[in-house]
Amino acid sequence: MPEKKIRVLVAKPGLDGHDRGAKVVARALRDDGMEVIYTGLRQTPEMIAEAALQEDVDVVGLSILSGAHNALVPQIIQELKANGQDNIVVFLGGIIPEDDIDGLLKQGVHKVYGPGTDTREVCKDIREAVSAEA
Amino acid sequence: MPAEQISELRKGNRLALSRVLSQIEAGTAKGDQALEALFPYTGQAHKIGITGPPGSGKSTLVNALARQLRALESHPKVAIIAVDPTSPFTGGAILGDRVRMQDLQGDKGIFIRSMASRGALGGLAAQTEMMSQAFDAAGYEYIIIETVGAGQSEVDIVNLAHTTIVVDVPGMGDDIQSIKAGILEIADILVVNKSDQLGADQSVKHLQNMIAMGYRGLRYAGGKHRLSATMPQKQDEPEPSGWIPPVLKTIAFDGTGVDKLAEEIFKHGKHLKETGLWTEKAEAAITETLRKLMISTLYKQWRQAMPEKELENIINQVLERNLHPHQAIQQLLSYNKNTKQ
Repeated sequence: MPEKKIRVLVAKPGLDGHDRGAKVVARALRDDGMEVIYTGLRQTPEMIAEAALQEDVDVVGLSILSGAHNALVPQIIQELKANGQDNIVVFLGGIIPEDDIDGLLKQGVHKVYGPGTDTREVCKDIREAVSAEA
Repeated sequence: MPAEQISELRKGNRLALSRVLSQIEAGTAKGDQALEALFPYTGQAHKIGITGPPGSGKSTLVNALARQLRALESHPKVAIIAVDPTSPFTGGAILGDRVRMQDLQGDKGIFIRSMASRGALGGLAAQTEMMSQAFDAAGYEYIIIETVGAGQSEVDIVNLAHTTIVVDVPGMGDDIQSIKAGILEIADILVVNKSDQLGADQSVKHLQNMIAMGYRGLRYAGGKHRLSATMPQKQDEPEPSGWIPPVLKTIAFDGTGVDKLAEEIFKHGKHLKETGLWTEKAEAAITETLRKLMISTLYKQWRQAMPEKELENIINQVLERNLHPHQAIQQLLSYNKNTKQ
């Protein structure tokens, strides 16, 4: 039996067009042996939840640099739940002011990453979170 | 796999379908049970394979084609299985086909599933066919399967799809490329995508000439100097299937030519059914599936019965050049026989 592959959806919600960070993380996860589905730019919360549903992912990684995280992230988490995917672990990266982080964690985000994060840390966190969920 | 999940899937519950797909992809016992329960409901869908070199616009073409199919009067449900390569070094993968399929995402009649090849060669993943069965049983009338960006010999798709579309782009090489064996041979429909680019007409001509060589009676171009006039006689003329692959020009990005492509797909489907080839293809596909399952099952059985130590011992003997791999296989096989007795 092959080991269970971790499947991650990397998504860019909202209107900012800066996807270098998302692509770097996607590449790092790939190199850690995960299967990464990349959605492309300017996704609505519905589109992200729909992609997560069709791809049956374990993890959704969001990248937001527009400042709209407090509006977008709760909507995405709600859409995931509405689809019956409470099991999905949500990670967030981008430019997120420290004052906002606690609120986002309370909303159900597993962890928030800022600039300069070591991608090995992200990989490790994802593996731990997914095995805890299983 | 609980019966409830199967009936949910049949009723159109997309989360149930998605989870079954994961079980099938992982090759679990649950996945096998689901496939067995679903199998009686399969055999309805028209499976369309799309293959071609990386960057030829396969995903964009799939996007445009799915939209075209959904616009039909009956609004058929369309499934897309998009395969991308797995890294041979880390086992990871980046599945990026959805990026080109964004305008399909609001449509609940379309289900896109990305798949990593997980070490399989030939342009598909080992479980692609099994996953297409789940879509089939869930009532998806068209299943579009996009292969890994293929080179010259990734031709597995032909065993899976009813209609195989090979996508080419202008400037991929001279006419000798087009008469090589391999991927171009498997096409039921040939598409020159990005046909607004320089050299599109020339590519079309190369491909038409390639096809004309195989059909004596066919004249795309060239009058009495046409290539087909001088080719050696083939056994059956025209081809026994009576289907001559059309060469189409598309610009997938803005949808140009995609209506014509859909028409040819319908025509091909009808042709297969009228000539009995539909059943013949199904039979060939089942034979191939059984062959593959037999190989993997026998291998698994052998591997389980083989003690690690004994295997290592024989590998070492090969390493030291005391045994040729041929001889090693004989020993490994006879070892198994001995233990059974």
